[in-house]
This record gives sequence, structure tokens and C-alpha cells, in this order.
Amino acid sequence: MDSREHVPAMLEPFGRVLRKHPRVNEQLNRAMAPFENSAKVLLFSCNMCGQCLLHENGYTCPMNCPKQLRNGPCGGVRMNGHCEVRPEMECVWLKAERRSRYLPGRYLFVRLHAPLDWRRKGSSAILNAVAGFPGDVKANEKE
Amino acid sequence: MTMIPAESYRGRLERALRSGRPVVTCEIGSPDGTDPADVRKRAKLVRDYVDAVNVPDNTGGVVHAAPIAACAILAQEGIDPILHMTCRDRNRMALQSDMLAANLFGIRNILCLTGDHMIHGDQPQTKPVYDIDSIALIDVANHLTTTGTYLSGRAIKPPPDLFPGCAAAPFAPPYEYRPVRLGKKVQAGARFVQTQIVFNVDRFREFMGRVHDLGIDKKVPILAGVAPIRSVKAATFMRDEVPGMEVPDRLVRRMEAAGDDKKKREAEGIAICVEIIEEIRKIPGIAGFHIMPIAWESAVAKISRDAHLQPATAAPRPPPEAPVPAPIAVPVSAASVSPVRGT
Ligand code: SF4
Repeated sequence: MDSREHVPAMLEPFGRVLRKHPRVNEQLNRAMAPFENSAKVLLFSCNMCGQCLLHENGYTCPMNCPKQLRNGPCGGVRMNGHCEVRPEMECVWLKAERRSRYLPGRYLFVRLHAPLDWRRKGSSAILNAVAGFPGDVKANEKE
Repeated sequence: MTMIPAESYRGRLERALRSGRPVVTCEIGSPDGTDPADVRKRAKLVRDYVDAVNVPDNTGGVVHAAPIAACAILAQEGIDPILHMTCRDRNRMALQSDMLAANLFGIRNILCLTGDHMIHGDQPQTKPVYDIDSIALIDVANHLTTTGTYLSGRAIKPPPDLFPGCAAAPFAPPYEYRPVRLGKKVQAGARFVQTQIVFNVDRFREFMGRVHDLGIDKKVPILAGVAPIRSVKAATFMRDEVPGMEVPDRLVRRMEAAGDDKKKREAEGIAICVEIIEEIRKIPGIAGFHIMPIAWESAVAKISRDAHLQPATAAPRPPPEAPVPAPIAVPVSAASVSPVRGT
């Protein structure tokens, strides 16, 4: 699994530049991250993990789950659908599952996701996607 | 204490699951102190009735001794342990090194769990880790075993031999998504499944139906979790306080009807458990049972006797003995005469 799968092929030269020149990447990130951050926080209460899964989870940020699960709900969801840790909040995954039915990318909801690469936390997920990053454990293997 | 050679107990659970016979596992409480005799005592209560024994990892977010120690003791005793591993307290580095540590002790079955959040425990101010989730943890265990390398790709010499398993939660919403999530776990490399305690058999039947449709029960053995209820208090606690568990009011009322007498209510709790086992037996796709006696290890013997459970790896039970023949009313004199052979 590669982060580049949903990025238009047109942007590949740009991605190559980003991979080749970490300083360019860094500067662009600094410029872009605050805007991306504020927009996604306002719209989806994003947590800026840097490896966006919004499009796969019905535009619900899984990092709002107190356990920060990225592969679906834990076994502790309450009978009323609320979170076991924060009883006043609806389980993030219930919301994601419901919303994904009406939004594009439902077929992606059942995919296996790699654990987060914590080095990317706080950086721009869009740039990361364009640049491409090792998607998961399995991808690491190939390198 | 007699040491048992590694070969004789490694993989007993796997052997049992492959045998095609119904498998029985159970859970013992993790030690709440530093007395190894306590672990041996609990183990002795259950060892003859099960194929493998689970030791939970700080359940409910309450600190206990690390289960790896208890599992090591079980392995020394010749019991195949199942080590619970949660993502709550350790990041992926610690989890990998603990998996290797487990293997060094002769522990090979690892139940990969997300872990109960510490908010319900006795030290809620702790920083939650949750670096990876349970599905990624299964993947890690599978990765270490099948590739013989760490996640970094560095070789492990010699590579571990792990048998990762996972839990299933049929009683937590979203119900329609749960079988799919189980499928994800199997896809990640889970090789056996132990479910949450079943009290609501109807919901479980529905879940298993969907699991069957998805073909998951063909790929991995699924052990249904069962537990005896000890008192009304325990029943209401599980119903109201433990998320992901569903205790129908019907059962709570039955426990209430059994009264306050310890013997009576415990017998009723076991009877309910046995009834549930009988009902689950009729559901297709169940490979066995996982008994969670919740600090009541002595109940395991009673349950397995009443429900006719038997470990798959045990020698088959001897056929019931012929009833003792009644004395034949023959005069002593006649008996002393040797039978006449046909001439
Ligand atoms: S109940 Fe839902 S939001 Fe709460 S910890 Fe579990 S998966 Fe996360």
C-alpha cells in the first residue's frame, strides 16, 4: 500500500523533487501545514497525524479515538454507540462507518492500515502523499 | 517442580486446534502479588480440563504482575500458555522485544488485544500509549514469525515461533461491521479467535451467521467465550459497567431468584453457563470454548463436567464401565461344580 495511490500521476515529477530535496519539502511543509491544519481541524477536527485517512473513513478522523485506532473500533463501544473512554462522545468509528456509507471511498473502509509513522506527525499530509512514504510494515519490507 | 522438555508442550494449542475436536481453553487471573505458588495453585485447578490457559494483561487497566511471568510458570508446569498482549502500555519496540522474550520462555501463543483503557482502572492519570492497534499487533507477530526479521528488516537469529490469536467482540456496536473487522484480523494473520463472553446467544448466532457467510470460520478456529456468573452483583456489574458485554436482564433475574445463599447462587451461575454452552454448540462454525471464570478457577472443573467439555489433546475418556453385575443367585454347591465342556 502506498500513499501515492490516490495522487494524480501528473504530480509525480513534483513528488520526485520533494523526495530528492528534503529542504524544499521542509520549507513547503512549513508554509502549507498551518493552512492544511486549520482547514482540516475546522472541517473534520483533524489531528494532523500526517498520514491522512479521512477519505477512507467517511471523512471522520480516527485519531480522535482515545486509543488512536486506525483499523476500526475497539471491543468496548457502549450499547448506545458511545465511546468507552469518553462516555459523552459517540465512538469515532461508529460515526465513520455511518458516514462512509454515503461518501465516496466506502470500499476503502475495510482495508488494513499500517500503524502510524510518528515522524510525520504534524506535517502536511498532502505533501506527504505526493512525496510518497512507506505506507506500512509490508511496504518497509520491500525497501 | 519437574522440567518438561520444550518439544512436549510447544504448540499444544495448535495441535488441539488442528485435531478437529472441540478445544477448551480458560483464563486464570493474573497474579496480584509476588507469590509463584499462587499461579501454580490456580493452574492446578484448571490444568486437567483445558488445552491452553490464558493469562490477561492488566485487565480493566488495573496493575497486576506482568502476565509473561505467570505464563513462564505455566510453561514450566507443562501447560500451554496463551499470553495476552495489549497495545495500551507498550510501543511497537517493547511489543516486539516482549514477543521474543515470551518465546525465550517457551510461550508461543499470543492473544493480540487493543487493551482496556486505563480510565477505568486504578491509575487513570497514566499516559496511554496505543502506538499501534491490535490488528497491527497481529501483523507484527506474524511478521516476526514468517519473515524472521524485526519490523526494521534486521534478521532475528533464530527467528521466533509465534502463534498469534485475536479477540472478537460480537456484542459491541456497530454489529454489522464486527464480522468484517474479524475478517481484517484474520487477514492480518490471526490464527485463532477467542470471543468476548457470550450471554446473549441470539446476538452471537447472528454474528456467527455473518462470519460463516464471509467464510471466516473456515479459515480460523473460533472459540466462544463463556463465563459463570457468581452473583447478582457480578451480573449487574458486567451489564452496566463493562462495555462490550451484554448480559440480558433475563439472566440477572434468574440470579436474583436464586437468592443470597452462596451455594445456591453459584450453582445457578454454573447452570446458566452450561445452558449457554449447550446452545452455542448448535451454532455452526464453533471450534470450541474459552472459559473465563473471572477469579473463580474452581468453577472450570464443574462447568466442564456438567457440559461434557473435554480438552482436545486429552486421551479419549475410557468408555463408561459396565455396571457391576448383580450377584447371581446360584447355590454355592452348584457354583463349585466345574462347567461341563462339550464333549
Ligand atoms: S469506543 Fe470507539 S472511540 Fe472509544 S476507544 Fe473504542 S474505538 Fe476508540
